[in-house]
Amino acid sequence: MVTSRILAGMTVLGMLLAGRAQAAGTLTIATVNNGDMIIMKQLSGEFEKAHPDIHLNWVTLEENVLRQRVTTDIATHAGQFDVLTIGNYEVPIWARQGWLAQLRPGADYDMDDIVPSVRAGLSVDAKLYALPFYAESVMTYYRTDLFRKAGLTMPQHPTYDQIRTFADRITDRDSQTYGLCLRGKPGWGENMAYVTALVNTFGGQWFGDGWKPMLDTPEWNAALTWYVSAMKADGPPGATSNGFNENLALFASGHCGIWVDSTVAGGLLFDPKQSHVADRVGFAAAPIGPYGKGPTWLWSWNLAIPASSRHADDARIFIEWATSRAYVQLVARHAGWVAVPAGTRISTYASPDYQKAAPFAAFVHTAIDTADPNGQTKQPRPYGGAQFVGIAPFQAIGTQVGQSVAATLSGQMTVEQALAAAQASVTRTMRQSGYLH
Amino acid sequence: MARTRTRLRQGVVTILGWAIALWMFFPILWMFLTGFKNEPDAISTPPHLFFSPTLSSYRDVFAREDYWHFATNSVVISVLATVVALLVSIPAAYAMAFLPGPRTRMTLLWMLSTRMLPPVGVLVPIYLLARATGLLDSRTGLIVIYMLTNLPITVWMLYTFFREVPVPILEAGRMDGATRWQEVTQVLMPLALPGIASTGLLSLILCWNETFWSLNLTSSIAAPLTTFIASFSSPEGLFFAKLSAASTLAVAPIMVFGWASQKQLVRGLTFGAVK
Repeated sequence: MVTSRILAGMTVLGMLLAGRAQAAGTLTIATVNNGDMIIMKQLSGEFEKAHPDIHLNWVTLEENVLRQRVTTDIATHAGQFDVLTIGNYEVPIWARQGWLAQLRPGADYDMDDIVPSVRAGLSVDAKLYALPFYAESVMTYYRTDLFRKAGLTMPQHPTYDQIRTFADRITDRDSQTYGLCLRGKPGWGENMAYVTALVNTFGGQWFGDGWKPMLDTPEWNAALTWYVSAMKADGPPGATSNGFNENLALFASGHCGIWVDSTVAGGLLFDPKQSHVADRVGFAAAPIGPYGKGPTWLWSWNLAIPASSRHADDARIFIEWATSRAYVQLVARHAGWVAVPAGTRISTYASPDYQKAAPFAAFVHTAIDTADPNGQTKQPRPYGGAQFVGIAPFQAIGTQVGQSVAATLSGQMTVEQALAAAQASVTRTMRQSGYLH
Repeated sequence: MARTRTRLRQGVVTILGWAIALWMFFPILWMFLTGFKNEPDAISTPPHLFFSPTLSSYRDVFAREDYWHFATNSVVISVLATVVALLVSIPAAYAMAFLPGPRTRMTLLWMLSTRMLPPVGVLVPIYLLARATGLLDSRTGLIVIYMLTNLPITVWMLYTFFREVPVPILEAGRMDGATRWQEVTQVLMPLALPGIASTGLLSLILCWNETFWSLNLTSSIAAPLTTFIASFSSPEGLFFAKLSAASTLAVAPIMVFGWASQKQLVRGLTFGAVK
């Protein structure tokens, strides 16, 4: 009697501990909770239908958690994941570490259809390590009704001086209408993505010959002085808490006159379900500063296979499916053309249906096509990347400098103090990392 | 006069108590309300107190993730980790309370000090151990980790409760011929039941809310509700309404459980406080 009770108890315990079993041929896909990824997950049933021997398991995590989780997993060769969603910042760095499997798409995969600037960031030594899922650059959004009311016209290629003039005219603090919304939340992927692009067009850059930090230059000073002055005069209160999402919320709820940020916001701002100003959004190219040229902004979310994956062949089949032309058509059929993953395929922009559904399509295409991450800054530079520096220590130094920049916005530091502190901390980190001797 | 002053004091204390309770409960109330807003309303400034409630966020949450899979994991992992922790802690606390050695005090302090270590400091060794033993993304792995991380607290709490039990009662049991097992199970445990219950409840709540290890050691099979919440945060796009709905669903079971057992919890925590 007692023995049978013990056996029954152990059986129940075993069942409780076992949980849901992992079937053979199961791919574990680690991804972030972005709109395009959610659609991919919803449509993945189509993939499983076409490949009945491959089952998909999804792990959706917050971006920074995902990065930490995946890094731990790859570094310890645990092999928990078969497909990773990673940015074009990580792809070359992780590929050089030997953390990613090389990709050799099949003959029927249309590589020539991928936007060249996006494709360029995913190879190391002519070997491909990821396929792009969607890509984004930078553009200017503005409220057409506020511009009309103030008698202003936004040029297709505004300058930063013009943006400041327009913002001054639009700002009306009594009605909580702020002329200019820009990122202020500290972080390498938050305020420093915007500030890096701003500094580039003002003629500045992160590093010069021999990896010498160049943050104490007049160009950085001019760019930051413009940023701080414009945000103090025309920005929303508490701007140091505002990243992409917070500014999206401010603009969508009618509190911003002008917003310079990622092209991915276009689809969200023009969607009446998510935006109160969907019928009053205008768009223009990203503003240019005194230098004018220089790398602007290029970010892509890509699918890659970790070197530790035990199902690399199945993972390759899935990645090719999710980044294919056929997948774009599938999304268009199920969720509409405005929801297709943008920025990666030339054929998407050539589609009259997409042009009709997304009025900003041509702008985005041009912005992505011309945002050369390896483009030239005013002086020669030893690094690649548009709104980031493509080296491993950048996450740390970008966030350090981002905190100093946020301190100027909140009035805790002057621009000169912030840049001196940034120059010192970046120099120290670059020495510790072995870049600077 | 004195009666009026007493009433006034009672009134002030009551108002203060309510104010503190509302202040502490407000984030939960706000999260609950935000779950019924649409996304633009959820992040509007100034915040909307009055709005048209919608269930769209809850619909999205259920459509996007298998809530019951995560909830089952949370229940199984929290309950089993708590049971195992109690099974280990009760004999440990008994030995320390009634059979202390010269190093008992130091051992207790050392156990508590392990709680002060930031978990990230041992992430890689624990991850490697979990990988080597095949416990990554398994309920067993998380149960073992939760049990070990909560052990210092459960041992300390039980030790404190056991110390309140009069030794002569245990001695009387021994005089009547009770074995060590009978002394613990039939004399000590019934006497310290409120304390054991509150230790178990606290351990359960700690396991339910634990985030660091669940995010790092599980991916899909054994992922509990804390990873379910994390999956609704987004770097690009509005997500506060959906995140609030997911968070409400995740905390609802443990809140209901907490309310239902609050009498036992308070009785246990104040056990022996007044002699």
